Parts: sequence; C-alpha cells; structure tokens
Amino acid sequence: MYDGWKIIIGIIIFIGIATFPFFYDFGKASAPPPDPKIDTPEIQKMVEKKCIEPKSFMKTEHMVMLDDWRNKAVREALTIYVATDGKEYTMSLQNTCMRCHSNKKKFCDECHNYAAVTPYCWDCHIEPKEEG
Amino acid sequence: MSISRRQFLKIAGASALLGLGSFTSIELLEKVEASQFKKTPKAIRGKRWGMAVDVKKFQTEEDYKRVIEACHRIHNVPDLENPKHEIKWIWTDTYEHTFPGQESPYLLESLEHKPLIVLCNHCNNPPCVRVCPTKATFKREEDGIVMMDMHRCIGCRFCMAGCPFGARSFNWRDPRPFINEKNSLPYDSTFAGESIKKGVLMFPTRMRGVVEKCTFCYERLAVGLMPACVEASQGSLIFGDLNDSHSEIRETLSTHFTIRRKPELGTEPSVYYII
Repeated sequence: MYDGWKIIIGIIIFIGIATFPFFYDFGKASAPPPDPKIDTPEIQKMVEKKCIEPKSFMKTEHMVMLDDWRNKAVREALTIYVATDGKEYTMSLQNTCMRCHSNKKKFCDECHNYAAVTPYCWDCHIEPKEEG
Repeated sequence: MSISRRQFLKIAGASALLGLGSFTSIELLEKVEASQFKKTPKAIRGKRWGMAVDVKKFQTEEDYKRVIEACHRIHNVPDLENPKHEIKWIWTDTYEHTFPGQESPYLLESLEHKPLIVLCNHCNNPPCVRVCPTKATFKREEDGIVMMDMHRCIGCRFCMAGCPFGARSFNWRDPRPFINEKNSLPYDSTFAGESIKKGVLMFPTRMRGVVEKCTFCYERLAVGLMPACVEASQGSLIFGDLNDSHSEIRETLSTHFTIRRKPELGTEPSVYYII
C-alpha cells in the first residue's frame, strides 16, 4: 500500500469527525420527556376530571379524531359528536377542546415539540390567550 | 388431483357468499361509526338555499355598511387597504358590473349610480367546484351551499379563474395582522360577542395562500340562525329554501320581478335581485 500511513490517518480523522456528535453528547441527559399539564381553571372546576373519551384513547388517537371531526363538520354538516358514554359535544377544536385545554403551550406544544411535529391548526384556528 | 365440475361450483359459490358477507360486515362497521355524529336539533334545514336582494330597500350608506360589517366581523375577514390584496365576502358593485349586457344608455335614474350588494351566488352548477383539483370547494348535496374546506385548499386559484362573479378572494398575505377589534370579534377564545352569546362558535381566521368566500353562514344555519347579513339587513335581504314553494323567498320571487347575474352562463345562481 503506497502512502499507507496517510490513508490510515485520513480514515482516523474521518471517523473522529463522523462520530464526534455521539461523543459530544455522551453521558448528557437527553431532552426531558414531555409533561403535558391539564391544570387549567376550567378543568379544575370539573367534578370528574375526564376528557370526552378515555385518556389512553385521546393520547394516541386525538389526531385521527380531529381529522375525522373536521371532515364531518365541514364537509358533512354534522356538528355534534356523540361520545362512547353517550354525552354530546360540539365538534370544534377552537371552541370545545380549547375551552378546557386553554393552556396550549403546556398541553399541545409540550408533546408536539418533543416529537418534532408541527401541526398547522393554529395557522387558522385561534388559540387561547396565554400569559408569557 | 382433478376437480369435478360439481366441486368447482361448490367452492365458487361458498367463496362468493363469504365475500358478500365480509362486504356487509364492513358496511355495518361504517354505519356504527357514522352514528356517532349528528346535527344540532336546532339546525335550519333546506334543500337549496337562496337569497333575494331587495335593491330598493338599500337607501343610505348605512344600509350597505351594516350588512357588510356584520358578515366581515363574524368571519374575521381582514381589512386590507391595498385593493390588490382585498378580501371580501359580501361587497358592493355598480349596476353595469353586476349585470353586464343589461346596461343601457338610458338606465333607470335610481339605478344609475346605485351600488348593488354582491356576494357568492351559490350556483346550482358551480364552475369553481368543477375546476377545484382537491375538492376543497364543493357543493353540499343536502342544501346546495357552495362550501370551502380551508384544510384542503392548496391556493391554486383555479376557482377564482372559474368564478364569473369574482366572488372569491385569495389571501396574498397573512390575514391575521389585519383583523382588528374594529372589524372582528375579540381575537381570543374568551366567549364574548353578541353572536357567540346566541350559540354561534368563534370562527377561525384563514392563513396565507388559501381562497375564501361567502359560505351562506353554514355555521349559523347549523345552530338555527339566519345568515349574518340577512339578520343585519332588516328585511332587505331575504333568505330561504328555493326548493320549498311555501318559503318566504319563494313567496317573494313569485310576487316580484327578479333578475340574476349572468344567467346566460348557465351556472344557475341562487341569488336574485329585486330591481
């Protein structure tokens, strides 16, 4: 191998640079897991603190549900959602969801930022006014 | 192994039955899901909504302003000064622009300089719907309202080219900074404002790059209220079901001479003008 030492040094430098981010971050704690808050005044007032569907369902399926709601409300002129427990709710992100969850920053953004998703809800829907 | 004709027919029949069975079960599932949604009992229903504009009843500037502001306030329509960026749901135009082809050198004096109220005609055969590549604009089968689904609009503006009435506006700029307390309901989700007190929900704004237009206040009809402009007009705008021969609008149309905008184009507008 001609100039073998040059090649080997080159490879070592390359590996050094390529793996630098891993060494740089080694041992440092990763971003803290999201901790969405539900301590809004509206929710505090509730006797039984529960969402329109079970928490586990809302956690994993809220995006599907909202997508479904928008199609039903805009395209099929249906406005009422009948939950599994039979209670009825007006299908509206801005007016129904956000009335209780008026803490968008600590409720929506907390997880969305962690998961690096940027839903475009708030380009049009008006978010609740928050301090800070 | 060979298969007899009889065996083959048996297998084919059984699998056909199985297939049919699974189809019906899928339909059943869909039905269960669909039953989770319903209309508000208060909702006003009609087969084909229409409007009559009683031109004579618009006398003062205030009469126009009241109607336009009621709509633009409720729907967060931005107030953009540059006419190239203007957003409008309901506005005014001159007689010769509203009814081209029907102008004459000796026009009725009262009409000559009179602004006319114009809005989306909610055509029965809407060209905007035909050209929309994403079905963001569509005609609701149940009541004939030509609707906008802002979630789907990609801002191609085919509909604006297709609409012969100029009823559509494109958001060239982010509309939010141009919505102020003066021309819209309070810009937060506190439940204020007179129409919210009556049960109407806060209306969203739009974003840059989508087309918007009058929707015949579908959100108000859904909770049992007349469109905002009709409510504010104090009788100069008549709204109702064109399909119902006993409705107020049909009574009006049968007793007054009315014209429609550009009927020769065959779009079948649902807005009539009592001249």
